[in-house]
Order: sequence, then structure tokens, then C-alpha cells
Amino acid sequence: MNRSDILKDIGERFKGEILEVFDKSPKRVYIEIKPQALVVIATYVFKNLGARFNIASGLDTHKHIEILYHFTFDEINFLISFRVKLLKNKLEIDSLAPIFEGANWIEREICEMLGVNFKGHPELKRLLLPDEWPQGVYPLRRDYKEWDDSSIRDRGL
Amino acid sequence: MGKRTIVPIGPYHPLQEEPEFFTLTVDGETVIDIDVQIGYNHRGIEKLSERKTFDQSTFAVERICGICSTSHPYAYTRAIEDVIGLEVPLRAKYIRTIIAEGERIHSHLLWLGLAGHFLGYNTVYMWAWKLREEILDVMEILSGNRNNYAMFKPGGVRRDIKKEDIPGVIKKIDSIIPTLEMLKKAVIDDPVLHARTKGVGVLTKEEAINFCALGPTARASGIARDLRKDCPYGAYDRLNWDIIVTDNGDVFDKAVVRILETFQSIDMVKRCLLSLPDTEIDANIKNIPPGEGIGQIEAPRGECFHYVKSDGTNRPARHKIRAPTFMNLPTYKATVVGETISDATIILAAIDPCYCCTERMAVVNQKGKKLYNGEDLVRLSQAKTEKIKSRGGKFAARTKGIK
Repeated sequence: MNRSDILKDIGERFKGEILEVFDKSPKRVYIEIKPQALVVIATYVFKNLGARFNIASGLDTHKHIEILYHFTFDEINFLISFRVKLLKNKLEIDSLAPIFEGANWIEREICEMLGVNFKGHPELKRLLLPDEWPQGVYPLRRDYKEWDDSSIRDRGL
Repeated sequence: MGKRTIVPIGPYHPLQEEPEFFTLTVDGETVIDIDVQIGYNHRGIEKLSERKTFDQSTFAVERICGICSTSHPYAYTRAIEDVIGLEVPLRAKYIRTIIAEGERIHSHLLWLGLAGHFLGYNTVYMWAWKLREEILDVMEILSGNRNNYAMFKPGGVRRDIKKEDIPGVIKKIDSIIPTLEMLKKAVIDDPVLHARTKGVGVLTKEEAINFCALGPTARASGIARDLRKDCPYGAYDRLNWDIIVTDNGDVFDKAVVRILETFQSIDMVKRCLLSLPDTEIDANIKNIPPGEGIGQIEAPRGECFHYVKSDGTNRPARHKIRAPTFMNLPTYKATVVGETISDATIILAAIDPCYCCTERMAVVNQKGKKLYNGEDLVRLSQAKTEKIKSRGGKFAARTKGIK
């Protein structure tokens, strides 16, 4: 399948779930989808179309927490990023980890860095942050404030 | 069923260069479960990058990792060029390729040495690291540094390669080929190494796809994916070469892939040096428009992925960094279980893990006022110990009496 076939296929199959398509360049397309459709679309792209899951990246845009799921089609040098926007008062989305293992760690990371709850994740525990880091403090949020005044790490003696 | 025992490896262990904590649950000699705890190297470089300008971040990300120090600036600059939609000048592409391939040579040699060390075959360790020194010297001639080359900038490279340096560099690279051939035979034809690594820690093709494994880890499992071929960047589409793939997915095949790639990289560096085009080396970027960009490059360990969001200011609004080990390390779940404890170390080492990259750290003073010197670091360390002691708890009991 080439680039336009893939886009056409996804566009027709998930017509009601796609909110916006941004065709940036021949190698990159950003597609905004409804959060509840993520699992179906990701499963189709990964298992049926044979794309490789690169990574997900979370971002705080003041209004929303935005997660981009990047999938690469290596054979044709094409990358689709599926964008989901989550409202800050309901930070929940279905986990992709039960579908493919590659999503396991990054969901743990986004959970601790931005406070998104991944429903159905097999083991949603901390990945990088230390044990003494307080619950409910998310370092990549826009409103993050230094919480440990006495920390030598941040004071920079 | 026998008695189950938990064997901890780390966080500090003589065999590991970096801190990570593996918990092996064993039944007799056999590993039946494994878990890893990382985060000991985490210093929040993604957060840090949002406070740096686009130019400064190039050097901050270079310090994420000491071994593959070029892969991060390369992916980062490509992400910025993707935001703008810019092609860098041809000569800059060639120089970037030379630096990236030089790094691949020394990174693979470093891994080969460590793998020999893990197996108790220290001759391989000594030879591989001796050869690596020669390559580091070459890199010093080309960039001025043995590591952290600081050659990259958004839009091009910072330093040109002098014409008069090229013959000397090629002579030096040629001089290591016979020794490398010998080392290749010592590893690939050695019956003891065969017995120790063949059929050990097999990662099947299905599992490699499931874990989204990258680089040599995936290529040893029969997945012919290499970004240098699939999404050509730099000068790779102008060089005639083939992806090296093997099918067994065991430790031996991972070693074979890396050794053969080393030869390939030597060839690429030589051909690039001999055919350096005569153009500018910098596209002179003036400002970076709002938008999103993704940079992917094939680092020695696999795809290095950077995502940059620009909001029109001179700082990235978001900078996501994904190093290859982040995807490769979790494959231990598929490879270590069922093997013996003695094989666990080499299987874990076979993916060429790099925890610095995975956890994205950097030694940079956030406020930019002052860099620490040796005395400051000792003082910091003592102050931290005192602080933890005064806080009490388990740790205080353990450190009682230690000054």
C-alpha cells in the first residue's frame, strides 16, 4: 500500500472517529481522532497495516492534555501521528499495552509525568520518578511548581 | 518444584556501567521471572529543554549519552528542520554522515568489548577497546573531541572537515581493518563463544514486532528495518549498501550484526571522505516558525526519535526524546525467562542497553549561573548524605558512622 491508499483506507474505515487531518509534508500526517476510538484505530494500524509504533508523546496545552501516538510505515517512509485531546478534568484513556508490549513503558511514563490514567494497563506503576516524589505532582504540566524547597538538587549550591 | 529465590542485580554492580536494578526470581538455576527498576539516572532533560533556546538544546541533548552522543543532536536538528521544512546543504549531510558512522564504529566496538567482558573473555574486551581508541583519535582529528563532538547545529554543521586532514584519517582507518578482521574471526569462529551464545536469549520475530524492538536487536531477529535505508537522510541514499539481517535472534546473531555493521560503517566513512561535495555547510536558519517536527535517525542501538513543538518563540514548547533502549530494554521479558542466571547477564547486555539515554539525563546547571567543580560535587554529595541521615528512617541506620 502506498501513502494515499493508507490515508484513504483509514479515512473511510474510521469516518466518524476522525476530527481533523493535517497533511504536513509527504512524510508526515497528523490525524486528530476521538479518544474513545484510539484502541480500534491503533489496533488496525499496528496489526493489519503493519506499522511500527514509534512512541507516544504527551503535551500540556493549557486547555487539554494532548497525546500523540506516532506510527511509522518503514517500507514507504511515512509517519502518521494520531492526536487525542483529553480534558483536564477527565484524564483517562484506554491503554494500548494489552495490544502490543511496545506501549507499556511509555504509558507508565506519561502517567507519572502528566497524570493521565491508562485504563486496562497491566502494571501502571512509576517508571522514572523517585519514590519520594509526592503523589499528584506532575513535572511536565504547565502549572508545575518546585515542591521541595530544601532540595539541593534544584538549589544549585 | 524447588525453592524460589530472588537474586538482585544492582543498582550498583561490578558488571554494570550504569545503575539499574534487576530482580531475578529463580527456581534453582533457571530464571522464572524478572523485573527491572530504572530511574536512577533520571534528571528531567525534557523539562530542561523547554527552558533552553533551540541552539542551546543541541548541546544539552548531546550530553544525554556519552557513547552515542551524536545520535541525539542529529535527531533533534532533524526535528527542527522538519518544523521548518528545510534541506541542509549537501556537504553538511556528508559531514553528518561521517560523524554518525564514526560513532557507530566506536559504539559497536565498545559493546563488543563489554560483551566479551561479560562472558569472561577479556581478550576480546582488550582488543576491541584498543581498536576503539584509534577511532576516537580519528574523531578527534575531525571534530576536535574524542566524544561529544559538538558538530551539529540546526541547519547544518558547525565545523568543516579540512582537505589536508583527509589522507591521514583514511590511512588511520585503513590501519585498523586487519586487526578488526582478526577480532571478527576470534569472535565469529570461536567454538567456546558459539557454545556460550548460540541459541541463548532468543528474541523471535513476532516478539520483536510486539515489543517494537529497534536497530541491531530487531535486525538480528530477521526484521530488515534500518532507517538509513527506509527513510534516507544524510548521504546514505548516495552510498551503495545493504541492510545486515540475521534470523536467529540469539545473542550470537546480535554480535554478528554489530560486527558486520562495523565494517560497513568503516567503508561508509571512507567513501564519504573521498567524495565530499564542495558546498556550504550551514543553511543559516534565522527563526523557527510555529509547528511540529519529528526527527528520526538510526543510532547505533536503533531509531532515535525526537519530537519538537515550536510556538514561534526561541524555545521549544515541548521536546520529547525517545532513545532506542527505551523500546529494546523491555524485551528482557521475552528473552531472559527460562534461561539460567549465568546467561541472564549476557542476554541483558546483548541489546546494548544505554540507561542514560533511556532516562534522559544531563549534567547541566539549570540556572546557568555556575558549573560545579570537583570540590562542589564532593560537598553536594556530603550535604545530601547529611540531609538523608537527619531525615531518619532505614537509610540513616545503614549509613550510621559513615562520614
